[in-house]
Amino acid sequence: MSEPKMSEPLLSLRDLRIGYGGATEAVKGVSLEVRAGAVVCLIGANGAGKTTILRCLSGLLRPRGGSVHFKGRDIGGMAAHRIAALGLVQAPEGRQVFANMTIAENLRMGAWLLKDRAEEARRRDMVLTRFPRLSERIRQLAGLLSGGEQQMLAMGRAMMADPQMLLLDEPSMGLAPLFVEEIFRIIAELKAEGRTILLVEQNAQAALDIADHAYVLQSGRIELSGPAAEIARNEKVVAAYLGG
Amino acid sequence: MPEFLDDFLFTYQTLIYALGVNGLLALSMYVVLALGQLSLGQAAFMGLGAYVSALLTVKLGLPFPLVLLAAMLAPALAALCVGAPTLRLSGVYLALATIGLGEVQRIFFINSELTGGALGLSGIPTKGGLISIYGSLALALIAFAFVARSKIGRAMEAMREDELAAGALGVDLPAYKLGALVVSAMLAGLAGALNAHVSSFISPNDYGFDAAVTILSFALLGGIGSPFGPVLGAFILTLLPEVLRPLADYKTVVNGSIIVLAVIFMPRGLLAWRMGRAGAATGRPK
Repeated sequence: MSEPKMSEPLLSLRDLRIGYGGATEAVKGVSLEVRAGAVVCLIGANGAGKTTILRCLSGLLRPRGGSVHFKGRDIGGMAAHRIAALGLVQAPEGRQVFANMTIAENLRMGAWLLKDRAEEARRRDMVLTRFPRLSERIRQLAGLLSGGEQQMLAMGRAMMADPQMLLLDEPSMGLAPLFVEEIFRIIAELKAEGRTILLVEQNAQAALDIADHAYVLQSGRIELSGPAAEIARNEKVVAAYLGG
Repeated sequence: MPEFLDDFLFTYQTLIYALGVNGLLALSMYVVLALGQLSLGQAAFMGLGAYVSALLTVKLGLPFPLVLLAAMLAPALAALCVGAPTLRLSGVYLALATIGLGEVQRIFFINSELTGGALGLSGIPTKGGLISIYGSLALALIAFAFVARSKIGRAMEAMREDELAAGALGVDLPAYKLGALVVSAMLAGLAGALNAHVSSFISPNDYGFDAAVTILSFALLGGIGSPFGPVLGAFILTLLPEVLRPLADYKTVVNGSIIVLAVIFMPRGLLAWRMGRAGAATGRPK
Protein backbone atom coordinates (compact mmCIF):
# COMPACT_ATOMS: atom_id res chain seq x y z
CA MET A 1 0.00 0.00 0.00
CA SER A 2 1.51 3.31 -1.02
CA GLU A 3 1.17 6.09 1.51
CA PRO A 4 0.03 9.32 -0.09
CA LYS A 5 2.50 12.18 -0.38
CA MET A 6 1.71 15.25 1.71
CA SER A 7 0.54 17.19 -1.30
CA GLU A 8 -1.93 14.54 -2.42
CA PRO A 9 -5.46 14.68 -1.06
CA LEU A 10 -6.57 11.74 1.11
CA LEU A 11 -9.74 11.39 -0.92
CA SER A 12 -10.32 12.59 -4.42
CA LEU A 13 -13.32 12.23 -6.71
CA ARG A 14 -12.88 12.92 -10.43
CA ASP A 15 -15.93 13.44 -12.59
CA LEU A 16 -17.84 10.84 -10.55
CA ARG A 17 -21.11 9.70 -12.07
CA ILE A 18 -23.60 7.43 -10.31
CA GLY A 19 -27.00 6.16 -11.41
CA TYR A 20 -29.66 3.86 -10.05
CA GLY A 21 -30.43 1.95 -13.22
CA GLY A 22 -32.12 3.45 -16.27
CA ALA A 23 -30.70 6.46 -18.03
CA THR A 24 -31.09 9.01 -15.23
CA GLU A 25 -28.05 9.80 -13.16
CA ALA A 26 -28.30 10.95 -9.56
CA VAL A 27 -24.73 12.22 -9.63
CA LYS A 28 -23.65 13.81 -12.90
CA GLY A 29 -19.90 14.30 -12.78
CA VAL A 30 -18.72 15.41 -9.36
CA SER A 31 -15.11 16.28 -8.57
CA LEU A 32 -14.13 16.80 -4.96
CA GLU A 33 -11.06 16.60 -2.72
CA VAL A 34 -10.52 16.05 0.97
CA ARG A 35 -7.06 16.60 2.43
CA ALA A 36 -5.80 14.83 5.53
CA GLY A 37 -6.83 16.63 8.70
CA ALA A 38 -9.50 18.72 6.99
CA VAL A 39 -13.23 18.87 7.62
CA VAL A 40 -15.01 19.21 4.30
CA CYS A 41 -18.74 19.67 4.04
CA LEU A 42 -21.04 18.82 1.20
CA ILE A 43 -24.28 20.75 1.37
CA GLY A 44 -27.31 20.74 -0.86
CA ALA A 45 -31.05 20.26 -0.91
CA ASN A 46 -32.91 17.00 -0.54
CA GLY A 47 -32.32 14.81 -3.58
CA ALA A 48 -29.22 16.66 -4.73
CA GLY A 49 -27.24 13.40 -4.59
CA LYS A 50 -25.36 13.81 -1.31
CA THR A 51 -26.24 10.43 0.18
CA THR A 52 -25.70 8.75 -3.19
CA ILE A 53 -22.12 10.01 -3.24
CA LEU A 54 -21.45 8.74 0.28
CA ARG A 55 -22.95 5.35 -0.53
CA CYS A 56 -20.66 5.09 -3.51
CA LEU A 57 -17.64 6.06 -1.38
CA SER A 58 -18.52 3.25 1.06
CA GLY A 59 -18.76 0.71 -1.74
CA LEU A 60 -22.53 0.31 -1.47
CA LEU A 61 -23.09 1.64 -5.00
CA ARG A 62 -20.92 1.23 -8.08
CA PRO A 63 -19.87 4.38 -9.90
CA ARG A 64 -21.07 4.61 -13.49
CA GLY A 65 -18.13 6.73 -14.53
CA GLY A 66 -15.23 8.77 -13.24
CA SER A 67 -12.95 7.73 -10.41
CA VAL A 68 -12.67 7.64 -6.65
CA HIS A 69 -9.21 7.53 -5.07
CA PHE A 70 -8.56 7.03 -1.36
CA LYS A 71 -4.96 7.09 -0.12
CA GLY A 72 -3.92 6.98 -3.76
CA ARG A 73 -5.87 3.78 -4.47
CA ASP A 74 -8.76 3.49 -6.86
CA ILE A 75 -11.69 2.40 -4.68
CA GLY A 76 -14.47 2.91 -7.24
CA GLY A 77 -16.57 -0.27 -7.21
CA MET A 78 -14.44 -1.95 -4.53
CA ALA A 79 -16.38 -4.18 -2.07
CA ALA A 80 -17.65 -2.35 1.03
CA HIS A 81 -15.66 -4.43 3.51
CA ARG A 82 -12.40 -3.75 1.68
CA ILE A 83 -13.02 0.00 1.69
CA ALA A 84 -13.74 -0.13 5.42
CA ALA A 85 -10.49 -2.05 5.88
CA LEU A 86 -8.61 0.78 4.13
CA GLY A 87 -9.84 3.18 6.82
CA LEU A 88 -12.76 4.94 5.15
CA VAL A 89 -15.75 4.45 7.44
CA GLN A 90 -19.24 5.87 7.31
CA ALA A 91 -21.75 6.70 10.02
CA PRO A 92 -24.81 6.22 7.81
CA GLU A 93 -27.83 8.44 7.40
CA GLY A 94 -30.99 7.61 9.29
CA ARG A 95 -28.93 6.31 12.18
CA GLN A 96 -28.71 2.74 11.01
CA VAL A 97 -27.86 1.18 14.33
CA PHE A 98 -28.50 -2.51 14.95
CA ALA A 99 -31.76 -2.03 16.84
CA ASN A 100 -31.98 -5.48 18.43
CA MET A 101 -28.45 -5.45 19.74
CA THR A 102 -27.23 -3.76 22.90
CA ILE A 103 -25.21 -0.56 22.70
CA ALA A 104 -22.16 -2.57 23.72
CA GLU A 105 -22.67 -5.00 20.84
CA ASN A 106 -23.17 -2.20 18.35
CA LEU A 107 -19.83 -0.76 19.41
CA ARG A 108 -18.17 -4.16 19.12
CA MET A 109 -19.51 -4.42 15.54
CA GLY A 110 -17.71 -1.14 14.85
CA ALA A 111 -14.43 -2.82 15.71
CA TRP A 112 -15.26 -5.82 13.50
CA LEU A 113 -11.98 -5.66 11.56
CA LEU A 114 -9.84 -5.24 14.65
CA LYS A 115 -8.10 -8.35 15.95
CA ASP A 116 -6.32 -6.73 18.91
CA ARG A 117 -8.59 -7.06 21.97
CA ALA A 118 -6.62 -4.61 24.11
CA GLU A 119 -6.88 -1.97 21.40
CA GLU A 120 -10.61 -2.63 21.09
CA ALA A 121 -11.04 -2.08 24.83
CA ARG A 122 -9.03 1.14 24.59
CA ARG A 123 -11.19 2.49 21.76
CA ARG A 124 -14.34 1.48 23.56
CA ASP A 125 -13.31 3.44 26.64
CA MET A 126 -12.44 6.40 24.42
CA VAL A 127 -15.84 6.30 22.70
CA LEU A 128 -17.70 5.94 25.99
CA THR A 129 -15.79 8.89 27.46
CA ARG A 130 -16.82 10.97 24.48
CA PHE A 131 -20.44 9.81 24.64
CA PRO A 132 -21.28 9.47 28.35
CA ARG A 133 -24.95 8.88 27.49
CA LEU A 134 -23.99 5.63 25.79
CA SER A 135 -21.96 4.60 28.80
CA GLU A 136 -25.00 4.96 31.06
CA ARG A 137 -27.08 2.70 28.82
CA ILE A 138 -24.51 0.26 27.65
CA ARG A 139 -26.75 -2.80 28.22
CA GLN A 140 -29.81 -1.33 26.54
CA LEU A 141 -31.03 -2.34 23.12
CA ALA A 142 -30.05 0.30 20.57
CA GLY A 143 -33.61 0.43 19.23
CA LEU A 144 -34.82 1.85 22.54
CA LEU A 145 -32.58 4.91 22.36
CA SER A 146 -33.82 8.34 21.31
CA GLY A 147 -32.94 9.64 17.85
CA GLY A 148 -30.11 11.76 19.16
CA GLU A 149 -28.68 8.90 21.16
CA GLN A 150 -28.87 6.61 18.14
CA GLN A 151 -26.94 9.18 16.14
CA MET A 152 -24.28 9.24 18.86
CA LEU A 153 -24.17 5.46 18.76
CA ALA A 154 -23.77 5.47 14.98
CA MET A 155 -20.87 7.92 15.32
CA GLY A 156 -19.38 6.00 18.23
CA ARG A 157 -19.64 2.78 16.25
CA ALA A 158 -17.79 4.37 13.34
CA MET A 159 -15.15 5.70 15.77
CA MET A 160 -14.55 2.14 17.01
CA ALA A 161 -12.96 1.46 13.63
CA ASP A 162 -10.54 4.35 14.28
CA PRO A 163 -10.98 5.43 10.66
CA GLN A 164 -8.46 7.52 8.75
CA MET A 165 -11.41 9.34 7.33
CA LEU A 166 -14.93 9.56 8.71
CA LEU A 167 -17.98 10.00 6.50
CA LEU A 168 -20.90 11.56 8.33
CA ASP A 169 -24.22 11.44 6.53
CA GLU A 170 -26.71 14.01 7.81
CA PRO A 171 -25.79 13.60 11.47
CA SER A 172 -28.25 16.29 12.59
CA MET A 173 -31.23 15.09 10.56
CA GLY A 174 -34.47 14.94 12.54
CA LEU A 175 -32.84 15.73 15.87
CA ALA A 176 -33.99 18.11 18.59
CA PRO A 177 -32.00 21.40 18.61
CA LEU A 178 -30.20 20.47 21.81
CA PHE A 179 -28.94 17.26 20.24
CA VAL A 180 -27.94 19.06 17.04
CA GLU A 181 -25.78 21.34 19.15
CA GLU A 182 -24.20 18.42 20.94
CA ILE A 183 -23.51 16.51 17.73
CA PHE A 184 -21.77 19.52 16.20
CA ARG A 185 -19.80 20.06 19.42
CA ILE A 186 -18.54 16.47 19.06
CA ILE A 187 -17.65 17.01 15.40
CA ALA A 188 -15.69 20.10 16.47
CA GLU A 189 -13.82 17.99 19.03
CA LEU A 190 -12.99 15.40 16.39
CA LYS A 191 -11.74 18.17 14.13
CA ALA A 192 -9.55 19.56 16.93
CA GLU A 193 -7.99 16.11 17.25
CA GLY A 194 -6.96 16.37 13.61
CA ARG A 195 -9.42 13.85 12.21
CA THR A 196 -10.37 13.97 8.55
CA ILE A 197 -14.11 14.25 8.03
CA LEU A 198 -16.43 14.50 5.05
CA LEU A 199 -19.66 15.90 6.41
CA VAL A 200 -22.85 15.76 4.42
CA GLU A 201 -25.52 18.08 5.80
CA GLN A 202 -28.78 19.83 5.15
CA ASN A 203 -28.12 22.10 8.11
CA ALA A 204 -25.88 24.31 5.98
CA GLN A 205 -25.28 26.96 8.62
CA ALA A 206 -23.86 24.58 11.20
CA ALA A 207 -21.89 22.64 8.58
CA LEU A 208 -20.29 25.79 7.12
CA ASP A 209 -19.39 27.03 10.59
CA ILE A 210 -17.38 23.93 11.32
CA ALA A 211 -15.88 23.03 7.93
CA ASP A 212 -12.63 24.19 6.37
CA HIS A 213 -13.83 23.70 2.84
CA ALA A 214 -17.27 23.40 1.34
CA TYR A 215 -18.94 22.05 -1.78
CA VAL A 216 -22.48 22.93 -2.78
CA LEU A 217 -24.27 20.16 -4.65
CA GLN A 218 -27.30 20.83 -6.80
CA SER A 219 -29.09 18.25 -8.94
CA GLY A 220 -26.08 15.97 -9.04
CA ARG A 221 -23.53 18.66 -9.90
CA ILE A 222 -21.16 20.82 -7.86
CA GLU A 223 -22.47 24.37 -8.14
CA LEU A 224 -19.90 26.06 -5.96
CA SER A 225 -16.85 25.22 -3.95
CA GLY A 226 -14.30 27.01 -1.85
CA PRO A 227 -13.25 27.81 1.70
CA ALA A 228 -16.26 27.38 3.96
CA ALA A 229 -16.14 30.96 5.22
CA GLU A 230 -16.34 32.28 1.66
CA ILE A 231 -19.17 29.95 0.71
CA ALA A 232 -21.08 31.09 3.80
CA ARG A 233 -20.92 34.66 2.47
CA ASN A 234 -21.89 33.79 -1.09
CA GLU A 235 -25.16 35.48 -2.02
CA LYS A 236 -26.67 32.52 -3.79
CA VAL A 237 -25.86 30.20 -0.90
CA VAL A 238 -27.25 32.65 1.63
CA ALA A 239 -30.46 32.93 -0.37
CA ALA A 240 -30.90 29.22 -1.04
CA TYR A 241 -29.58 27.49 2.08
CA LEU A 242 -29.05 29.98 4.88
CA GLY A 243 -32.44 31.64 4.75
CA GLY A 244 -30.94 35.10 4.14
CA MET B 1 -34.28 -52.02 26.43
CA PRO B 2 -37.52 -52.28 28.45
CA GLU B 3 -40.36 -53.82 26.49
CA PHE B 4 -42.72 -50.82 26.66
CA LEU B 5 -40.02 -48.53 25.26
CA ASP B 6 -39.34 -51.01 22.50
CA ASP B 7 -43.04 -51.07 21.64
CA PHE B 8 -43.23 -47.31 21.76
CA LEU B 9 -40.26 -46.89 19.45
CA PHE B 10 -41.63 -49.45 17.04
CA THR B 11 -45.12 -47.90 16.92
CA TYR B 12 -43.92 -44.34 16.49
CA GLN B 13 -40.72 -45.10 14.61
CA THR B 14 -41.61 -43.12 11.50
CA LEU B 15 -42.68 -40.12 13.51
CA ILE B 16 -39.55 -40.18 15.66
CA TYR B 17 -37.35 -40.29 12.58
CA ALA B 18 -39.35 -37.50 10.96
CA LEU B 19 -38.91 -35.26 14.03
CA GLY B 20 -35.14 -35.57 13.88
CA VAL B 21 -34.90 -35.14 10.11
CA ASN B 22 -37.20 -32.10 10.16
CA GLY B 23 -35.15 -30.65 13.02
CA LEU B 24 -32.07 -30.86 10.80
CA LEU B 25 -33.95 -29.27 7.89
CA ALA B 26 -35.13 -26.46 10.16
CA LEU B 27 -31.52 -25.79 11.16
CA SER B 28 -30.49 -25.73 7.50
CA MET B 29 -33.15 -23.05 6.96
CA TYR B 30 -31.99 -21.18 10.06
CA VAL B 31 -28.40 -20.69 8.82
CA VAL B 32 -29.64 -18.79 5.78
CA LEU B 33 -32.40 -16.79 7.50
CA ALA B 34 -30.06 -15.89 10.36
CA LEU B 35 -28.21 -13.48 8.10
CA GLY B 36 -31.29 -12.15 6.39
CA GLN B 37 -31.22 -14.28 3.24
CA LEU B 38 -34.13 -16.26 1.88
CA SER B 39 -33.51 -19.59 0.18
CA LEU B 40 -36.28 -21.84 -1.06
CA GLY B 41 -33.86 -24.55 -2.09
CA GLN B 42 -33.79 -26.52 1.14
CA ALA B 43 -36.02 -29.26 -0.29
CA ALA B 44 -33.90 -29.44 -3.44
CA PHE B 45 -30.69 -29.76 -1.44
CA MET B 46 -32.37 -32.42 0.66
CA GLY B 47 -33.49 -34.28 -2.46
CA LEU B 48 -30.01 -34.12 -3.96
CA GLY B 49 -28.56 -35.58 -0.77
CA ALA B 50 -31.24 -38.27 -0.71
CA TYR B 51 -30.72 -39.35 -4.33
CA VAL B 52 -26.92 -39.23 -4.23
CA SER B 53 -26.83 -41.27 -1.03
CA ALA B 54 -29.43 -43.78 -2.20
CA LEU B 55 -27.63 -44.35 -5.51
CA LEU B 56 -24.25 -44.76 -3.84
CA THR B 57 -25.68 -47.27 -1.38
CA VAL B 58 -27.81 -49.23 -3.83
CA LYS B 59 -25.62 -49.23 -6.94
CA LEU B 60 -22.11 -49.05 -5.50
CA GLY B 61 -22.57 -50.38 -1.98
CA LEU B 62 -20.26 -47.73 -0.49
CA PRO B 63 -19.86 -47.60 3.31
CA PHE B 64 -22.46 -45.42 5.03
CA PRO B 65 -20.15 -42.68 6.41
CA LEU B 66 -18.72 -42.16 2.91
CA VAL B 67 -22.25 -42.02 1.50
CA LEU B 68 -23.22 -39.34 4.03
CA LEU B 69 -20.15 -37.32 3.12
CA ALA B 70 -21.04 -37.44 -0.57
CA ALA B 71 -24.63 -36.52 0.28
CA MET B 72 -23.33 -33.35 1.90
CA LEU B 73 -20.78 -32.45 -0.77
CA ALA B 74 -23.13 -32.73 -3.75
CA PRO B 75 -25.63 -30.13 -2.46
CA ALA B 76 -22.71 -27.96 -1.32
CA LEU B 77 -21.53 -27.89 -4.92
CA ALA B 78 -25.04 -27.07 -6.15
CA ALA B 79 -25.23 -24.26 -3.58
CA LEU B 80 -21.95 -22.80 -4.85
CA CYS B 81 -23.24 -22.87 -8.43
CA VAL B 82 -26.52 -21.14 -7.57
CA GLY B 83 -25.13 -18.89 -4.86
CA ALA B 84 -22.03 -17.42 -6.46
CA PRO B 85 -23.86 -15.58 -9.26
CA THR B 86 -26.97 -14.61 -7.27
CA LEU B 87 -25.62 -13.53 -3.88
CA ARG B 88 -24.36 -10.22 -5.18
CA LEU B 89 -27.99 -9.36 -5.77
CA SER B 90 -30.32 -8.78 -2.88
CA GLY B 91 -32.75 -11.12 -1.14
CA VAL B 92 -35.47 -12.20 -3.51
CA TYR B 93 -33.17 -13.26 -6.34
CA LEU B 94 -31.66 -16.04 -4.27
CA ALA B 95 -35.16 -17.27 -3.41
CA LEU B 96 -36.11 -17.31 -7.11
CA ALA B 97 -32.90 -19.01 -8.18
CA THR B 98 -33.29 -21.73 -5.56
CA ILE B 99 -36.90 -22.37 -6.59
CA GLY B 100 -35.56 -22.78 -10.12
CA LEU B 101 -32.90 -25.19 -8.94
CA GLY B 102 -35.57 -27.30 -7.22
CA GLU B 103 -37.74 -27.49 -10.32
CA VAL B 104 -34.86 -28.32 -12.67
CA GLN B 105 -33.71 -31.04 -10.33
CA ARG B 106 -37.22 -32.49 -9.89
CA ILE B 107 -37.74 -32.70 -13.63
CA PHE B 108 -34.33 -34.31 -14.04
CA PHE B 109 -35.19 -36.95 -11.41
CA ILE B 110 -38.52 -37.65 -13.12
CA ASN B 111 -36.95 -38.13 -16.53
CA SER B 112 -33.70 -39.86 -15.74
CA GLU B 113 -33.38 -43.65 -15.96
CA LEU B 114 -30.66 -43.56 -13.35
CA THR B 115 -32.92 -42.09 -10.68
CA GLY B 116 -35.83 -44.39 -11.41
CA GLY B 117 -38.00 -41.76 -13.08
CA ALA B 118 -41.30 -40.71 -11.55
CA LEU B 119 -41.47 -43.94 -9.55
CA GLY B 120 -38.35 -43.00 -7.64
CA LEU B 121 -35.92 -45.31 -5.95
CA SER B 122 -37.09 -48.11 -3.72
CA GLY B 123 -35.46 -50.84 -1.70
CA ILE B 124 -32.95 -48.52 -0.07
CA PRO B 125 -31.40 -50.57 2.76
CA THR B 126 -32.03 -49.29 6.29
CA LYS B 127 -28.94 -47.66 7.74
CA GLY B 128 -28.19 -45.10 10.38
CA GLY B 129 -31.46 -44.66 12.22
CA LEU B 130 -32.01 -43.04 15.60
CA ILE B 131 -28.42 -42.54 16.62
CA SER B 132 -27.24 -41.00 13.32
CA ILE B 133 -30.28 -38.73 13.06
CA TYR B 134 -30.36 -37.45 16.62
CA GLY B 135 -26.57 -37.42 16.87
CA SER B 136 -26.38 -35.14 13.80
CA LEU B 137 -29.17 -32.96 15.14
CA ALA B 138 -27.47 -32.57 18.51
CA LEU B 139 -24.09 -31.83 16.96
CA ALA B 140 -25.52 -29.27 14.55
CA LEU B 141 -27.53 -27.61 17.31
CA ILE B 142 -24.52 -27.33 19.62
CA ALA B 143 -22.30 -26.03 16.83
CA PHE B 144 -24.86 -23.39 15.82
CA ALA B 145 -25.40 -22.33 19.43
CA PHE B 146 -21.66 -21.70 19.76
CA VAL B 147 -21.53 -19.80 16.49
CA ALA B 148 -24.56 -17.69 17.48
CA ARG B 149 -22.78 -16.66 20.67
CA SER B 150 -19.55 -15.80 18.91
CA LYS B 151 -18.29 -12.80 17.00
CA ILE B 152 -19.45 -14.52 13.80
CA GLY B 153 -22.95 -14.75 15.26
CA ARG B 154 -22.88 -11.04 15.95
CA ALA B 155 -21.94 -10.32 12.34
CA MET B 156 -24.76 -12.57 11.15
CA GLU B 157 -27.27 -10.74 13.29
CA ALA B 158 -25.91 -7.40 12.13
CA MET B 159 -26.41 -8.49 8.51
CA ARG B 160 -29.98 -9.55 9.27
CA GLU B 161 -30.73 -6.17 10.83
CA ASP B 162 -28.97 -3.94 8.32
CA GLU B 163 -26.90 -5.51 5.62
CA LEU B 164 -25.49 -2.25 4.27
CA ALA B 165 -24.40 -1.02 7.68
CA ALA B 166 -22.73 -4.36 8.42
CA GLY B 167 -20.90 -4.26 5.10
CA ALA B 168 -19.76 -0.69 5.65
CA LEU B 169 -18.25 -1.76 8.98
CA GLY B 170 -16.14 -4.36 7.25
CA VAL B 171 -18.21 -7.57 7.24
CA ASP B 172 -17.45 -9.50 4.04
CA LEU B 173 -21.06 -9.89 2.91
CA PRO B 174 -20.61 -12.17 -0.14
CA ALA B 175 -18.36 -14.57 1.79
CA TYR B 176 -20.83 -14.82 4.67
CA LYS B 177 -23.82 -15.31 2.40
CA LEU B 178 -22.15 -17.97 0.31
CA GLY B 179 -20.74 -19.71 3.38
CA ALA B 180 -24.16 -19.82 5.01
CA LEU B 181 -25.80 -21.20 1.87
CA VAL B 182 -23.19 -23.93 1.51
CA VAL B 183 -23.48 -24.98 5.18
CA SER B 184 -27.25 -24.93 4.81
CA ALA B 185 -27.10 -27.14 1.69
CA MET B 186 -24.80 -29.62 3.42
CA LEU B 187 -27.16 -29.97 6.38
CA ALA B 188 -30.18 -30.40 4.13
CA GLY B 189 -28.28 -32.99 2.09
CA LEU B 190 -27.40 -34.86 5.27
CA ALA B 191 -31.04 -34.78 6.37
CA GLY B 192 -32.06 -36.12 2.97
CA ALA B 193 -29.57 -38.97 3.11
CA LEU B 194 -30.50 -39.96 6.67
CA ASN B 195 -34.17 -39.84 5.77
CA ALA B 196 -33.70 -41.93 2.60
CA HIS B 197 -32.01 -44.66 4.62
CA VAL B 198 -34.83 -45.00 7.12
CA SER B 199 -37.74 -44.73 4.71
CA SER B 200 -36.46 -47.20 2.08
CA PHE B 201 -38.21 -45.29 -0.71
CA ILE B 202 -37.78 -41.82 -2.28
CA SER B 203 -39.51 -40.12 -5.19
CA PRO B 204 -38.98 -36.82 -7.02
CA ASN B 205 -42.13 -35.14 -5.73
CA ASP B 206 -41.03 -35.50 -2.10
CA TYR B 207 -38.64 -32.60 -2.68
CA GLY B 208 -40.76 -30.07 -4.53
CA PHE B 209 -41.92 -26.57 -3.73
CA ASP B 210 -44.40 -27.75 -1.05
CA ALA B 211 -41.58 -29.29 0.92
CA ALA B 212 -39.52 -26.11 0.58
CA VAL B 213 -42.34 -24.01 2.01
CA THR B 214 -42.92 -26.48 4.85
CA ILE B 215 -39.24 -26.24 5.81
CA LEU B 216 -39.47 -22.44 5.74
CA SER B 217 -42.51 -22.57 8.02
CA PHE B 218 -40.54 -24.57 10.63
CA ALA B 219 -38.16 -21.65 11.04
CA LEU B 220 -40.84 -18.96 10.83
CA LEU B 221 -42.99 -20.61 13.48
CA GLY B 222 -40.10 -21.27 15.83
CA GLY B 223 -38.34 -17.94 15.36
CA ILE B 224 -34.74 -17.34 14.38
CA GLY B 225 -33.46 -15.53 17.47
CA SER B 226 -31.55 -18.70 18.35
CA PRO B 227 -31.02 -22.07 16.61
CA PHE B 228 -33.40 -23.67 19.12
CA GLY B 229 -36.41 -21.82 17.71
CA PRO B 230 -36.47 -23.50 14.27
CA VAL B 231 -36.03 -26.96 15.82
CA LEU B 232 -38.94 -26.29 18.17
CA GLY B 233 -40.96 -25.13 15.15
CA ALA B 234 -40.10 -28.31 13.26
CA PHE B 235 -41.11 -30.50 16.21
CA ILE B 236 -44.45 -28.73 16.60
CA LEU B 237 -45.31 -28.77 12.90
CA THR B 238 -44.32 -32.44 12.63
CA LEU B 239 -46.34 -33.48 15.69
CA LEU B 240 -49.34 -31.30 14.95
CA PRO B 241 -50.83 -33.46 12.15
CA GLU B 242 -50.51 -36.52 14.42
CA VAL B 243 -52.14 -34.77 17.37
CA LEU B 244 -54.90 -33.45 15.12
CA ARG B 245 -55.56 -36.87 13.60
CA PRO B 246 -58.99 -37.21 15.33
CA LEU B 247 -60.15 -34.16 13.35
CA ALA B 248 -59.78 -36.25 10.20
CA ASP B 249 -60.67 -34.14 7.17
CA TYR B 250 -60.35 -30.86 9.04
CA LYS B 251 -56.79 -31.66 10.09
CA THR B 252 -55.04 -29.57 7.44
CA VAL B 253 -57.42 -26.65 7.96
CA VAL B 254 -56.59 -26.47 11.66
CA ASN B 255 -52.92 -27.05 10.93
CA GLY B 256 -52.85 -24.13 8.50
CA SER B 257 -54.85 -21.88 10.81
CA ILE B 258 -52.37 -22.45 13.63
CA ILE B 259 -49.52 -21.37 11.37
CA VAL B 260 -51.38 -18.25 10.21
CA LEU B 261 -52.27 -17.25 13.77
CA ALA B 262 -48.73 -17.85 14.99
CA VAL B 263 -47.27 -15.67 12.26
CA ILE B 264 -49.77 -12.86 12.92
CA PHE B 265 -49.55 -12.83 16.71
CA MET B 266 -45.96 -13.96 17.16
CA PRO B 267 -44.05 -12.44 14.25
CA ARG B 268 -40.74 -13.18 15.94
CA GLY B 269 -41.65 -16.83 16.42
CA LEU B 270 -42.59 -18.95 19.40
CA LEU B 271 -39.11 -18.69 20.80
CA ALA B 272 -38.39 -14.98 20.43
CA TRP B 273 -35.58 -15.17 22.96
CA ARG B 274 -32.22 -14.35 21.43
CA MET B 275 -28.97 -15.80 22.53
CA GLY B 276 -26.73 -13.91 24.88
CA ARG B 277 -23.25 -13.12 23.74
CA ALA B 278 -19.93 -12.34 25.34
CA GLY B 279 -19.54 -8.60 25.75
CA ALA B 280 -23.23 -7.86 25.16
CA ALA B 281 -23.53 -6.17 28.53
CA THR B 282 -20.26 -4.28 28.79
CA GLY B 283 -18.77 -4.25 25.33
CA ARG B 284 -15.53 -5.47 26.85
CA PRO B 285 -13.82 -7.93 24.54
CA LYS B 286 -12.92 -11.15 26.31
